[in-house]
Amino acid sequence: MKSYPFVYLLAAIAIASGAAVLVGYFFPSLAGLKGEMLDWAVIFTAVLLLIGVISLVRTHWRKIMQDQKDRAYSLVLIFSFTLTLLVAAPSGPTSKWSMWLYENLLIPIESSLLGILAVFLLYASARLFNQRMNIYTLLFIGTVLLALLGWLTIPGVDLEGFKDARDWLSSVWAVAGVRGILLGVGLGTVATGLRILIGADRPYGG
Amino acid sequence: MNAISLAGIIFLALFAGLIAYFARFKPGSSPSSLRDIPAFSRIRRGIGLAVEAGQQLHLALGHGGIADFKGGSGLVGLSLLERIARAASNSDRPPVATSGEASLAFLSQDTFKSVYRLMYSESQYDPEAGQLTGLTPFSYAAGAILVASDPQVSTNLFSGHFGSEIGLILDAAEQNDSLTSGGSDDLQAQAILYAAAQEPLVGEELYAAGAYLQVNPYHLASVRAQDIMRWVLAGGILVGAVLKAFGLI
Repeated sequence: MKSYPFVYLLAAIAIASGAAVLVGYFFPSLAGLKGEMLDWAVIFTAVLLLIGVISLVRTHWRKIMQDQKDRAYSLVLIFSFTLTLLVAAPSGPTSKWSMWLYENLLIPIESSLLGILAVFLLYASARLFNQRMNIYTLLFIGTVLLALLGWLTIPGVDLEGFKDARDWLSSVWAVAGVRGILLGVGLGTVATGLRILIGADRPYGG
Repeated sequence: MNAISLAGIIFLALFAGLIAYFARFKPGSSPSSLRDIPAFSRIRRGIGLAVEAGQQLHLALGHGGIADFKGGSGLVGLSLLERIARAASNSDRPPVATSGEASLAFLSQDTFKSVYRLMYSESQYDPEAGQLTGLTPFSYAAGAILVASDPQVSTNLFSGHFGSEIGLILDAAEQNDSLTSGGSDDLQAQAILYAAAQEPLVGEELYAAGAYLQVNPYHLASVRAQDIMRWVLAGGILVGAVLKAFGLI
């Protein structure tokens, strides 16, 4: 395998930047340095966003030109992109017409996807019985049913017991479980960050 | 410097020291010394079968940036991508990664490029293997659905920050009869993955992916360091609770 000196330069920049932000976080006197690094990160992210949009459009343009399958979706994307650009570029993203596009096209489309999602989740819960039938699955489905019953209101039927059980589950068991999962996620995230800081992981072409 | 900052520095220094120690002085351990997580066996098998059958692997990296807390799971995804790209470098169909955030998309392209360069097969590199499919959660999902539902894709892996929209991608993957596995740092996505994925990874299991899939010795070392730091953290919480109960803090 070849080694590229440029890789070491990239690693040095990444480690130095990460260390500067970390030091600035712990030592208030160096917070200015942290702020400077984060400002640069925001600028680079904005530039990357612009390049990302160009890349997205180019990919779909190529799909249309090469007559690939699903090119109809690519055509819709290019059309929507052009329309949004023509509307939002001259008058700004919060102008009347930009907001019209947002409220009358984007929100309804995303809401419909959310609607489909609700159906899918119901289907996935039912399928769970076939996929993994074990004690945890039963516990999962039982908790879902109990929470749903706790939310129900049936005229003339007293469901207070279910409401209390739901509250007890969500405020004691669920919170404890969530904290455990979040502690694990936190530890994992710190470990990932440290691996990058010591140059063991180099997701930037190393 | 206040006490919390000091405790933070000590915690990080200890964590980093343990990772370096295990990687440098105890590198001989293998993933077999870790507890069995069935999802990783299936992922390994899925990667092998996809390469043998000339089918494609899809890795969804989510839409979290890399400059904040949400970036951790995406960075784990990039390590996974490196491992997958290495394993599938001789495959007829190179793997594909989708992301909903520009910096993640570029890093995924960079990962592909560096793997192919190291494997002397730069001609295989295709920038479209690292796709930015959308810039909002649902537009990302809409774009990723097209990849997940491709009949040539036999394995769909998820590692990154997702919201509830992950359900739509999982549904497309399930309808395609492909293997679905992965985890997320988001609790909502985590719950959906548990219900809908064939092999979900819960909580920190996702962060151990590099160790189980043998990305590099530092991943195994960091899992061992995590085990120790978990006890340190639990001890700290217990001591804090006792001190609080006696009114000492």
